[in-house]
Amino acid sequence: MRARRLLGRAARGAGLLAAAAYLVFPLYWMVVSSLKAPSRIFQAPGTATYVPDPPTLESYAQVLRAGDFLLALRNSIVVAGGTLAVALALGSLAAFALGRLRARGSRWILGLVLATSMFPQIAVLGGMFAWLRTLRLYDTHAGLIVSYLTLTLPFTIWVMTSFMKALPRDLEDAAAMDGAGPLRTYWSVMMPLAAPGLVSTGLLAFIAAWNEFLFALTFTTGARTRTVPVAIALFQGATPHEIPWPEILAASVIVTLPLIVLVVIFQRRLVEGLTAGALKG
Amino acid sequence: MRAGARSLSESRARAGAVLVSPAVVLIVTAALLPLLRTFLLSVSDARLDAPGTSRFIGLQNFALLARDPLFWDAAGHTALFTIASVSLETCLGLALALVLHGRFRGRGWMRAAALIPWAIPTVVSAQLWKFMLNDAYGVVNDLGLRLGLLNEPVAWLAAPGLAMASVVAVDVWKTTPFVALLVLAGLQTVPVELHEAAQVDGAGRWERFRRVTLPLILPTLLVAMLFRTMDAIRVFDVIYVMTLGSVGTESMATYCRRLLVDFQDLGYGSACSVAIFLLVGSVSAVYAVLLARRERAR
Repeated sequence: MRARRLLGRAARGAGLLAAAAYLVFPLYWMVVSSLKAPSRIFQAPGTATYVPDPPTLESYAQVLRAGDFLLALRNSIVVAGGTLAVALALGSLAAFALGRLRARGSRWILGLVLATSMFPQIAVLGGMFAWLRTLRLYDTHAGLIVSYLTLTLPFTIWVMTSFMKALPRDLEDAAAMDGAGPLRTYWSVMMPLAAPGLVSTGLLAFIAAWNEFLFALTFTTGARTRTVPVAIALFQGATPHEIPWPEILAASVIVTLPLIVLVVIFQRRLVEGLTAGALKG
Repeated sequence: MRAGARSLSESRARAGAVLVSPAVVLIVTAALLPLLRTFLLSVSDARLDAPGTSRFIGLQNFALLARDPLFWDAAGHTALFTIASVSLETCLGLALALVLHGRFRGRGWMRAAALIPWAIPTVVSAQLWKFMLNDAYGVVNDLGLRLGLLNEPVAWLAAPGLAMASVVAVDVWKTTPFVALLVLAGLQTVPVELHEAAQVDGAGRWERFRRVTLPLILPTLLVAMLFRTMDAIRVFDVIYVMTLGSVGTESMATYCRRLLVDFQDLGYGSACSVAIFLLVGSVSAVYAVLLARRERAR
């Protein structure tokens, strides 16, 4: 009996280890390779080294020297930050109106929101392209932010509304008794209470915008507006046939680090947001 | 008092209408109108390189699409990709969730580790795996040779079947954690008492899983599968970066974008987009019916 339990624990441990290795090894390999001397990245199968020997920041220097990558980083920060700010502002206002004030047609609006969140991006690509060009937003940060809001705002409204609905009424009533109008109630009473929901949905909106590729690839034309995922996908080597892996790997580590920090700090909130979005939907 | 309460709730509803309007205006103008525009473009011969010259041509684009062998190839690849990736992700995600559900040291770290592949940009994970799968310097071949699984390095992304398998493997790596986390949330709602009662009745581990856990988490599992299926049908990033749609991996979305952007064929490309839209819509309808039926059965 005891032996069986021990065996079970060993099997479980082995399973955990295998799962952890499968999930983490590629990341380990990305970091290790980015720290190798650029010439030592290309080791023939059977001769690869699994620790950087000696570690060097040469690849990082190469990618940062090129300049275009820093520009892409700046573009990504502007676009993802802008998307985050607008999605949270409009999303929380809408959620307050739908979840607490019971605006007329709330059910219709929520239905529209849910339907929009199911649109495949490719389905709006052609129409969006033409639309952005008409509004002269093609190849601009603002154009990308607007296109990203169609991906993040419906989700933000959906999750924040269910979050707002679950809050107790008393505080809101007390605020109304004190003569606070809707906007004041929204800002001083609901926003502090809804802060955890704002953090979850905000993180998801930021990550979605930071990682988005199809719109960024299609609605930008050059380094001036290009975001990081596009830059990483389109890195050009000295010759067309050479893939500049040292730069790609260093750039990948640089854009992945902030995400890992966010995940480690906010893993609880992220899981809450993910499951709320999926399961309450 | 009554009249006062009513006018209060009316004024609240009015304020609500004002506060919700910016979001609604944005969604209608930036999402709904472009979608309608895509539908309109799909019945025209509009071209990106000749704006303002489009004519209404009825359903010609769709008739063309129905006879386009490249489109059907892409549809076949997409079906293969969807079935393979969703079934693997569901099984592995379920297994990972069951493991993560237990109590053990370092559980928090394990959960963080599970979130990381999901949080990484798909472009980065696709490039990283492309690097790892390279036949001349990839670590997958290095490990394969050292562990005796391979006799010689393999060019994973050069042969049709292998390229598709590689793309599926990368998608599985990236999204299994997502499925696992959803299922984990479902597992946490299964009452412990049910398990204890089943144990008292002499049910073994497998029996308890099949008769207690599985029925209770099935709705969650279905929702996870719905999300994965919809994402898989419109797969773009991983294929564009790893193979550019070559060697038997062209998906419907990469083909659509090729028509729209590379061939500048706004009309025909939009028809292709509409086809994907209808497909995703009908798949989600099927899942919705399944879920509703389960709700009623309970």
